Amino acid sequence: MPAKNKEPYKQSYYPPMPTGLTRYMRRSLVWQFIRFWIINFKIFKLLTKSHH
Amino acid sequence: MSRIVILGAGISGHTVARYLSMWVGKQHQVTVVSPKPQWNWIPSNVWVACGEMTAKQVTFDLAPIYRKAGVEFLLAKAVSVHPEGAAERIRPFVRIEHTDPARAGQTEDVDYDFLVNATGPKLNFGATPGLGPEGGHTVSVCTAEHAVHANAQLQENILAMRAGERRRFVVGTGHGMCTCQGAAFEYIYNVDHSLRQAGVRDQAEITWISNEYELGDFGMGGVHIKRGGYVTNGKVFAESLMVERGISWITRAAVNKIEPNKIHYETLDGTYHELDYDFAMLIPPFAGVGLKAFGNDGSDITAEVFAPNGFMKVDGDYNPKPFDEWSKADWPRYYETPKYKNVFAVGIAFAPPHLISKPMSSPNGTPINPAPPRTGMPSAAIGKAVAENIRDILNGKATGPTHTASMAEMGAACVASTGSHIFKGSAATMTVFPVVPDYETYPDYGRDMDLTFGEVGLAGHWMKWILHYVFLYQAQLRPGWSILPD
Repeated sequence: MPAKNKEPYKQSYYPPMPTGLTRYMRRSLVWQFIRFWIINFKIFKLLTKSHH
Repeated sequence: MSRIVILGAGISGHTVARYLSMWVGKQHQVTVVSPKPQWNWIPSNVWVACGEMTAKQVTFDLAPIYRKAGVEFLLAKAVSVHPEGAAERIRPFVRIEHTDPARAGQTEDVDYDFLVNATGPKLNFGATPGLGPEGGHTVSVCTAEHAVHANAQLQENILAMRAGERRRFVVGTGHGMCTCQGAAFEYIYNVDHSLRQAGVRDQAEITWISNEYELGDFGMGGVHIKRGGYVTNGKVFAESLMVERGISWITRAAVNKIEPNKIHYETLDGTYHELDYDFAMLIPPFAGVGLKAFGNDGSDITAEVFAPNGFMKVDGDYNPKPFDEWSKADWPRYYETPKYKNVFAVGIAFAPPHLISKPMSSPNGTPINPAPPRTGMPSAAIGKAVAENIRDILNGKATGPTHTASMAEMGAACVASTGSHIFKGSAATMTVFPVVPDYETYPDYGRDMDLTFGEVGLAGHWMKWILHYVFLYQAQLRPGWSILPD
């Protein structure tokens, strides 16, 4: 039996889905440890620019 | 000696209280009036509402903290503001009604030299028939008590699904003019995470419903971020998070009635719809707490001091103007009322001059647009700036406010949990600068594209978890609290 076409034009058809690599990187302890410090640094920059 | 009275002990009011107690508390009297005896770290209520934390972990008693800081704490709700005094009382004062069981219902007049209105929102469940956990059919994450109740219902539904039943979950906003979409956004992912951990996700249908024009609006008109070689609107990422988890969504919706198992809503095209549910968490619209104001002759000046929504007017531009004439200059900088230079409103209690998102109405005349968010970081920044201004005036360093905290000149960072677990959890971290888009300074997207970013990952979950303990530590005035960021 041929595979059915995925139904197009539905809400779920268009938004991006993370690839396997993206999902892996989101939970990689090493990568997320690095991102933790980078995100905190960016938030620190935002805080300093916000104080008047 | 001057007396500074702060109405409310939420994120913003408590920020004013702790800084003023540190800076001027020995020379002047700081008084906090709050109807509730506890402080609540509201961002973690979402975790209480899915059983990851208890109410005790997100609250603490204020009385011992204020006692230690030399702050007078009155367990009462404010009823009216008398900024010009009264015939029988020259000094300006607030009339309060005690909620302390020993004095419940008794009124008292508390005079002040400076007044800070930090009363936060009235959770206006009554705006939509059937909304809310108290007399309605939906649950809430707005308070720790509500969150405990929400988790109890969630667990009941999980038990039913473990027994083989199917369930329909709806999360979002319960009125056409809600704000705080971020809290609902966070909760829907935590519900999804809880259902997956319980092994019952396949038996659940989860739907998001909100008044945003597009997902990712959050009451800020959405946001653009640089990612993957493109500048992309946050809608794309918000939808991606939904699709990744098999959650469908309805936007441009004004929920107008809720019955047991049925949500009624209108969409921006003017059509009416129904959505069946078994479990629904819908954020209520916010209003001011209902303070009145009176002149020294007893005349009702509420309409002068407060906007129709009950929030206090400050140094913003409240003249009605069309969307394409809005500018950063409309937004208050000092949070001082125009007529009474010793009265301030901070956090959610101040009246925004207008929305941030573009106003939209259905052909039936129903406004369906998010109200402006006042999240934790801006609320604390506003509270601290007002505390700085009061300190400088009291110390003779200034005759008026000099420290500013306009939402068009400050940023906000939000960390929305998408599932709690030290190794398998994640969160969406988002920053915007400024909160209110400033197209004069940033003509392309209204925001600084270096300071505006978003990403999803385990790091965000660690941050949210750590910040939970950091902010509780800070709020409890533990050693070194004042060097921690707000």
